[in-house]
Amino acid sequence: MHEKNWDVIIIGGGHAGCEAAAAAARFGARTLLVTHKLETIGEMSCNPAIGGVGKGHLVREIDALDGLMGRVADQAGIQFRLLNRRKGPAVHGPRTQADRKLYREAMRAAIEQTENLSLLGQPVDDVLVEDGRACGVITEDGQTHRGAAVVLTTGTFLDGIIHIGTERVPAGRHGEAPAITLSKRLYGLAEKTGALTMGRMKTGTPARLDGCTIATEKLEAQPADEEPVPFSFLTEKIIVPQTVCYITHTNQATFDIIEENILQSPVYSGQIAGVGPRYCPAIEDKVARFPDRKSHQIFLEPEGLDDPTVYPNGISTSLPAELQDRFIRTIVGLENVKIIRPGYAIEYDYVDPKALLPSLELKALPGLYLAGQINGTTGYEEAAGQGLVAGLNAARAAAGQDAVYFDRAEAYLGVMIDDLVTKGVSEPYRMFTARAEYRLTLRADNADQRLTEKGIAAGIVGPKRAKAFRAKMAELTQARTKAASWTMTPNEAGTKGMHIRADGTRRTMTELLAYPSIDWMDLQAVWPEMGEWSRDIRNQIETDALYAGYLDRQQADIDAFRRDEALSLPTDMDYLALEGMATEVRQKLAAARPVTLGQAARMDGMTPAALTLLLHHARKNQRSVAKSAEK
Amino acid sequence: MSRVGAPETVFALSTGAGRAALAVIRLSGPDVELALTRLGLKYLPPPRMAALRKLYDPISGALLDEALVFRFVAPHSFTGEDMAELHVHGGLAVTQSILAALASLDICSPAEAGDFTRRAVLHGKMDLTGAEAIADLIDAEGGAQQAQALRQMNGSLRQVMEGWREALKTTLAHVEADIEFADEDLPGGLGQRALEGVPEIATAMEKHLQDRRGVALRDGLRVALLGAPNAGKSSILNMLAGKDAAIVSARAGTTRDVIEVAMVLDGVPVTLVDTAGLREAGDDIEREGVRRAKVQAEAADIRLLVLSPDTQSPRLKGASLEDADLLICNKADLGPVPEAELRTLGEIKALSLSATAGDGEAVLLEALQELVNERAGAKEAPILTRERHREALEEACIALQRALEIADTGLELAAEDLRLAQRALGRITGAVDIEQLLDIVFADFCIGK
Repeated sequence: MHEKNWDVIIIGGGHAGCEAAAAAARFGARTLLVTHKLETIGEMSCNPAIGGVGKGHLVREIDALDGLMGRVADQAGIQFRLLNRRKGPAVHGPRTQADRKLYREAMRAAIEQTENLSLLGQPVDDVLVEDGRACGVITEDGQTHRGAAVVLTTGTFLDGIIHIGTERVPAGRHGEAPAITLSKRLYGLAEKTGALTMGRMKTGTPARLDGCTIATEKLEAQPADEEPVPFSFLTEKIIVPQTVCYITHTNQATFDIIEENILQSPVYSGQIAGVGPRYCPAIEDKVARFPDRKSHQIFLEPEGLDDPTVYPNGISTSLPAELQDRFIRTIVGLENVKIIRPGYAIEYDYVDPKALLPSLELKALPGLYLAGQINGTTGYEEAAGQGLVAGLNAARAAAGQDAVYFDRAEAYLGVMIDDLVTKGVSEPYRMFTARAEYRLTLRADNADQRLTEKGIAAGIVGPKRAKAFRAKMAELTQARTKAASWTMTPNEAGTKGMHIRADGTRRTMTELLAYPSIDWMDLQAVWPEMGEWSRDIRNQIETDALYAGYLDRQQADIDAFRRDEALSLPTDMDYLALEGMATEVRQKLAAARPVTLGQAARMDGMTPAALTLLLHHARKNQRSVAKSAEK
Repeated sequence: MSRVGAPETVFALSTGAGRAALAVIRLSGPDVELALTRLGLKYLPPPRMAALRKLYDPISGALLDEALVFRFVAPHSFTGEDMAELHVHGGLAVTQSILAALASLDICSPAEAGDFTRRAVLHGKMDLTGAEAIADLIDAEGGAQQAQALRQMNGSLRQVMEGWREALKTTLAHVEADIEFADEDLPGGLGQRALEGVPEIATAMEKHLQDRRGVALRDGLRVALLGAPNAGKSSILNMLAGKDAAIVSARAGTTRDVIEVAMVLDGVPVTLVDTAGLREAGDDIEREGVRRAKVQAEAADIRLLVLSPDTQSPRLKGASLEDADLLICNKADLGPVPEAELRTLGEIKALSLSATAGDGEAVLLEALQELVNERAGAKEAPILTRERHREALEEACIALQRALEIADTGLELAAEDLRLAQRALGRITGAVDIEQLLDIVFADFCIGK
């Protein structure tokens, strides 16, 4: 058997694997993506949609770091809708229905066009470990592939079991074999090294329907936005034709069938032990938990422009196929529907993410990075975001460079990863904007301003994006400088028909724009140059004005947060020996090994007294680091 | 770095130092039983039962004392840990030798100040407000202070704060649900409707903020005696204090510094402050005295203005004489204070007495008690006992009012202010985290597609 050497090997070709591979390759690492089946690279296993509130923020951040998801979704989106349009820009959620085939093709093309990236269609059976480091993989055909770093993105494949009623089928996804050997290997590794703790999660998917058999004329249609808002900062216009979704509801008859037969659902029969996400409940859960509610909304989402398959969003189920057929036919519009394949629940292995560093590398097994559902998350966007960070850091490690971290004040990526590695998960983790302390700062519209420069410095932003970004920033900076230099007194404003409190204070254009009674055109009449600014620039200036006071206050909070984050804790600290700290706290710290004082503060059960002590050690560490730097 | 940390079990003399009939030594931590065994207890008393036991020196084996020993088993103890109390004889030699014996064991070490209470907080036996209450209870000088501390210890502050916290938690959870699940089948206008309960909370907070009596009672009241030189301020102070705290002489300007006397009126600690006579003259030292008198006048909770027929009432800027709470017309034996003097001071209550003659003491005390009760009396219990509480609550209240104003501009801004309010309250009661909010969202609404 001949061996080939790579810098980075990615296991898995889903949303995490694709971003990981592309990020590592953009960095310049010789990258190999190994997946059991090349045809399913970029597959959407569950709902055919990308983005949303929180999730859309993640897509924008991935895009700002020159990742693939945003660009690919722009080529595959068939019903773009900006969620929360009536609320402020911080919580706008870009979202689209995606044509599954177009998405897969666009992702495959993007991967194939990426330099330094090779593909291999082989199931992976084992991760090679030598001298306590991950250094390659062994594929099912017995070949060894060596790499300086390995990124593992197993999705739902790790010892995956599909449940439909009492039926149990080992599978990673409908019709595809699970990764059983690799699961055993990881459990072995967990036992041998204590490097990781494994557990089981579950998720589910609804039946797929034949759209030709749906009576859409009875249903309310939900159209796409008239002007689709793209994900990528580089996409100028969406050219994919846009389509509609239909909305229908479950009813009393649906409720009755499910309630009568609820014990046939493997979740309620006790057949499934894995924890499922609360925000993607099966219809059985909805019936059981909200018995008073007889009607639940269902979105009928097309899976493609030339694909009759419809995804009925809202009725995920693992009831026996025959019962699925019965309850679905009680629903208005679906009376004569043909089910293409039944819904199911799937259980799979995950690894407690507290075992990870914020670089997503396993603390106790250097060289091995984990991303996506294996870390206990749910969602394409969450997986892709972790993939990008893991791929970037794997590539940097292979090149002997330091890891790049994202913090809670600069990115949802930072919020998500910090939550995962600091607090762990008790159910599949999904992104919510409410998880971000600095929500007004972390917006979808300014993801590039927050991250692209950092991405350039980290080595994963290509020249095309860098150039476009710098041009935009030059324009924006100029506009902001002008907006701050143009001023008026209340008297002057009064003569232009803008009435504000006559306190003699000169106000800048941005300050004036913050008044609800003053609009853009009022000000443009005074400063005509404003009319020349692009839509993008105008939106930014408007947001600056709307959030002005809040962003200042948030910045003060961020500064305080960063002071704690700047205090790094020694990596070799003997926590068990810390005097004056409760044993429980010492053990927690020893297990978690927080990277910064800030991370330690966010751990459960941390006390002010313990933090004071840690602060003392952090300061000592900082001084000794400074000293050795002088030498 | 050595692996040996400080022992987790601590001990301390819990009663006052010095000779007494009894002294109590407390122990808390995982090795309490072991420590008792090492002190020679062959049989440990059953939990919560008193037992007479002999204590021996663990090294020399010498008998140290015969003590009443109590044992408490975690978590059913004050600290939530294993605990013991040794009721020993109160002599210096006895207590010192037992403390030394405990210190000689490598399994326990002397407690730091506040260690027992801190452990109680760490083990969830009480919250921060409860711990503060204990400190206040120990420091209480008067009965009203004691009652207030006990109320707080029993959760008067916590209950009100918890009520607001719970209400705000639900409000914020519903607002967040509206933001987060934009494409879900949620009740229309969910966020706006959640905010409807906010004005009521803000009003309740304001009411408590306006009530300054709790802080006044905890900190005690300062009563300043103000007036012209030689009006007899020091004589009045001496009359009230019943001792010669201030030098009293007939020469104007004797009290050049500020003299304080502490007393308890109706359970409220009161500090009487005598000040230099207010006039625009004198030497450097007296000018400094006048400056300090003005500072005292500003800082006082109650201002007594002393007048007399033989002095001119002071007309100085910055001494807030118009804000005086009571006029004392001293030296009544010399005649009444001229009407013209009184008229300039308007509606302030006045009483006549003669301090040197010892006449009118009862009347003055009664008037003073009335004023003290007004400022710090606790008939209807106030709940904010510390400036820290007031500041946090004020911040929360302002944030809530802003949330209401801004809600039409953007629900995410209202959410931001609710978060700030939540955070400010959290400084008194402990923080609310995102998982608690999500729990409410998923319990209240059927979310998920």
